[in-house]
Amino acid sequence: MADELLIRNGVVYDPINGVKGEKKDICIRDGKVVDSVTNPKVIDAEGRVVMPGGVDIHSHIAGGKVNAGRIMRPEDERKGVEPKTKVCRAQSGYSVPNTFATGYRYARMGYTFVMEAAMPPLAARHTHEEMVDIPILDNAAMPLIDNNWMTMEYVKSGDTDLLAAYIAWMMKATKGYAVKVVNPGGTEAWGWGKNCNLNDTVPYFDVTPAEIIKGLAEANEKFEMPHSIHVHGNMLGHPGNYEMTKDTYDVVKGIKPYRDRPTMHATHTQFHSYGGTTWGNFESKADAIADYINENDHMSIDLGSVILGDTTTMTADGPMEYSLYQITGRKWTNHDVELETGTGITPFLYSGKVSVHTIQWAIGQELALLVKDPWKVALTTDHPNAGPFIGYPIIISHLMSKKRRDESAEAMHKAIFDRAALPSIDREYDLNEIAIITRGMTAKTLGLHEHGKGHLGVGADADVAIYDMSPEERDAGKIQKAFLNTKYTIKGGQIVVKDGEVVATPPGRTIFVTPECDDKLTDEMLVTLKDKFAKYYSVTFNNYPVQDAYLPNPYEIKAPWRSS
Amino acid sequence: MVEVTDVVCSLCGCVCDDIVLEVENNEIVKVKKGACSVGKAKLLGHERIKSPAIRENGELRECSYDEAIKKAAEILYKSRRSLLYGWSSTVCEAHKVGVELTEDLGAVMDNTASVCHGPSVLAINDVGLPSCTLGEVKNRADLIIYWGANPAQAHANHMKRYSYVSKGYWTEEGKKGKKMVVVDVRKTMTAKMADVFVQIKQGKDYQVFSALRAILRGHEDVVPDEVGGVPKEQLLEVANMVKESKFVMTFFGMGVTHTGARHNNIVNAIQFTRAAHLHTKASIMPLRGHYNVAGINQVCTWETGFPFAIDMSRGYAWYNPGEQSATDLLYRGDCDAAMIIASDPGAHFPGESLKHLAKIPVIQIDPYANPTTEFADVVIPAAVSGIEAEGNVYRMDNVPIRLRKILDTDYLPDEEILQRILTEIRAMREKEGE
Amino acid sequence: MEGMNVRLISGRTAVQGQNLDSKLTEKYFGEVARCDMNGNDMEKLGVAKEDTVKVTTAYGAVIVKAKQDDGNPEGMVFIPMGPWCNAVISGDTHGAGMPSFKGVDATVEKTAEAVLPVKELMRTYMG
Repeated sequence: MADELLIRNGVVYDPINGVKGEKKDICIRDGKVVDSVTNPKVIDAEGRVVMPGGVDIHSHIAGGKVNAGRIMRPEDERKGVEPKTKVCRAQSGYSVPNTFATGYRYARMGYTFVMEAAMPPLAARHTHEEMVDIPILDNAAMPLIDNNWMTMEYVKSGDTDLLAAYIAWMMKATKGYAVKVVNPGGTEAWGWGKNCNLNDTVPYFDVTPAEIIKGLAEANEKFEMPHSIHVHGNMLGHPGNYEMTKDTYDVVKGIKPYRDRPTMHATHTQFHSYGGTTWGNFESKADAIADYINENDHMSIDLGSVILGDTTTMTADGPMEYSLYQITGRKWTNHDVELETGTGITPFLYSGKVSVHTIQWAIGQELALLVKDPWKVALTTDHPNAGPFIGYPIIISHLMSKKRRDESAEAMHKAIFDRAALPSIDREYDLNEIAIITRGMTAKTLGLHEHGKGHLGVGADADVAIYDMSPEERDAGKIQKAFLNTKYTIKGGQIVVKDGEVVATPPGRTIFVTPECDDKLTDEMLVTLKDKFAKYYSVTFNNYPVQDAYLPNPYEIKAPWRSS
Repeated sequence: MVEVTDVVCSLCGCVCDDIVLEVENNEIVKVKKGACSVGKAKLLGHERIKSPAIRENGELRECSYDEAIKKAAEILYKSRRSLLYGWSSTVCEAHKVGVELTEDLGAVMDNTASVCHGPSVLAINDVGLPSCTLGEVKNRADLIIYWGANPAQAHANHMKRYSYVSKGYWTEEGKKGKKMVVVDVRKTMTAKMADVFVQIKQGKDYQVFSALRAILRGHEDVVPDEVGGVPKEQLLEVANMVKESKFVMTFFGMGVTHTGARHNNIVNAIQFTRAAHLHTKASIMPLRGHYNVAGINQVCTWETGFPFAIDMSRGYAWYNPGEQSATDLLYRGDCDAAMIIASDPGAHFPGESLKHLAKIPVIQIDPYANPTTEFADVVIPAAVSGIEAEGNVYRMDNVPIRLRKILDTDYLPDEEILQRILTEIRAMREKEGE
Repeated sequence: MEGMNVRLISGRTAVQGQNLDSKLTEKYFGEVARCDMNGNDMEKLGVAKEDTVKVTTAYGAVIVKAKQDDGNPEGMVFIPMGPWCNAVISGDTHGAGMPSFKGVDATVEKTAEAVLPVKELMRTYMG
């Protein structure tokens, strides 16, 4: 007997298929969306908002740094405790929830796919071990390939094909999804306690961060990679960094992507849109960044929007976390990874009573509201850096309600009125635009729409979120409540959340990309790589790649070498 | 005869992964390369527990796996508050089942960090840990500090593979281009190799860290002429070596965790590292003992939120080391059954805590008989992870490495034993109609 | 002579590590059931290598074999981590989770008593 489900009479927002709030039935059989069903279980969605399962493009949910954040913060773990149930494992944590809570809470918000934003290649096994323990969600992870000695050496010598061969090998060895860049050159310099601007020379390696970014973008486009390079640029979080941010975007201008997608995804753009020269005259430059995005088509961004309150910041940008810890004097963990990358973690409190935090809070929303085309913008909090993912519904309610924004601004530091633009912006998102920035754009930018994610067309994965709200709802509080706990979340045709409660916890799949590179090129690259292992790594070449055992539910996407 | 390369050692926290073995007729006949004397002893094998057994009238009676597993499940099912302890010498796949079992029973789960680097974990809870992978040390460090640690005996490959003696990108001359400082209460084998040996009075680690912090933060004037048995001149000398280094790495051992101020010693060690970082690149790392004690801390943390001493009796994880640590529970007589896996509290717990272990039903899961076996009411022999079973482990720097299976065996791996106990318990509960 | 007041510490040794998984053997017994002392302290106590000494703390007493190690400062003795050392360690962690394995006030005296083999030592905790 086929497993059938019919979601009847919902108001469907499926932006990839151009469906903007139409009353429509969704038919599901054996985990996929189909044309029609014969004997289905019926869910009555009359008058409720129906969307494809949410797709998060950037979130730190699994791996060494997330877990180091948990170990460092028992006080955060104690915040989110919930006892086990017949269905669910015990939960802990708020900004760094345990793996089980991560799966349940995302699913309750209607999300069914999350991209782990930064996987240190040497610790890739750790990321995968945790992802296996995150129930419900399909997932993938982006390996860090920018501060790698191999990368910098090939960028210096200009061997883009060999760099591509290295990317291909690393993607396979880590079972990764896309090339992640975090403070290129700067994290290597942090190995000596130093940092790099976009055009500084990386100590000992004689390349600049700009050259690294350009080289990686070019090499990435040698394959039919579903996603562009995914970039956290230099000087994150520093006053006045917006100029460098625009210069970073310029670096990849003119590089042709293999398909209709950006050449670079710039992540947590809020942290990169700062004006002023000190924390004293710190101001929003979201307008300048939005103008750039509006005028250019080679870029996509995600917000990194701030949620007020306490959180745990974590990134491969070691020097940034050190600066932050120097400001706050709070706990600080650092974990540099040989030949590859680093990690920094420190807790942070975003307070609406502090001018800088208030402006940061405004910038994330300004970016969403000032970039005209929502297909260029993804909703993120860079979880947990600007705030935990559980705050997404708060941001959604603000983007949809000018009234809500004004009320919030009134209660915050007055700097928001003269050093940020948010109070003067009238735009309000509609549900179609919300669906774009939480599913459509993210699935498309990651290239996952071709693999059944982020839409409800025939053949798509039957991942559906049914929100307990009418499409006419304008009350921000009710909107927020509806987006926090779905009426139903369906994952692969199975009801996993009902009335805001998790009712089933099927395992998720791990999606990975296999770039295809010719053997001759690979062999040439391997001569250099094996030498690195013999002399400098602390593990052997043969023990390095992630074994198949770490992906019990794998989904492979092949990325052929482009002939031209 | 077959040569097997890239074998991963499952003994200490170094997790050396470049071992070469000769295998013949399902037996390791020679360790050709890579292992230290301690690792080699393990690879060449020891006498094994021959059969599952159940204690009757004071004597262990051999039985089948089925019978032993059933008996173990009964003990745990009947228990109102059991302690599931050990975990450091098995793989993460087994840890995951262990956490599930703990949750199912509402038990307390603790691991050997509790009597080893538990204070280090508490210090990380407090202040975080500026650290790095061991390859960073190998490639960059020009100043190595071993504090309260004797790697020459306890982690015999550590200096050669990762620190003082190793050669890397900026350290191609090996120890010629490096300095080593050893801080200890006695002149150990490691201390004899040091450029500078700082001999401190027993229990004075906290004070000596404080003095070095003060000097590094520019408050030399407040440091008296002697601190913890160390003359001020020597403290200034060490501080100066730190300031002049490009990359200073501190490794510390149980000489710091077992002593006096315990976790406060480590907080101060980390604060010393933060102070050093004002002058140079500074990192610090606990020298973890068992090959996967780091792993059980990792798995417990991502699955429960907390690294050790986890009480699941409330249905969610409750973390309060010092109350729920294994030694404390036993000392207070606050558990009515214990499952000991991949560790040996019989040898490594204070005698005072063992008195309670001797009273309560004890299940032991281990490849080898040891002092704990004397207390065990059910003994379940396991395959040796890293020789007869594969799985994930975390090196002392939290780099994950997969143990390889080298030999075939009829012994069950830990993961399967635990899964079968859990299945039995669930069947019992279902039968009783809960 | 009278017992000598010392500070007791414990720790790993290479041979102890080699026999972690063979603790019921003579090799482990020979390595771990021993007490390293400064030669001057041994002289004061009138003990020679392989003589047995009794180490007593507030928490118990244990018999081990004496061994000279001048790396130990006078007034401090070292017993490799293991059952014999733990026989005289307190289970009280004072709420910190970690027993005081090192820095325990103890007395050492020469004795004619024999060292207990490991199984017998374990049996002392029973009943």
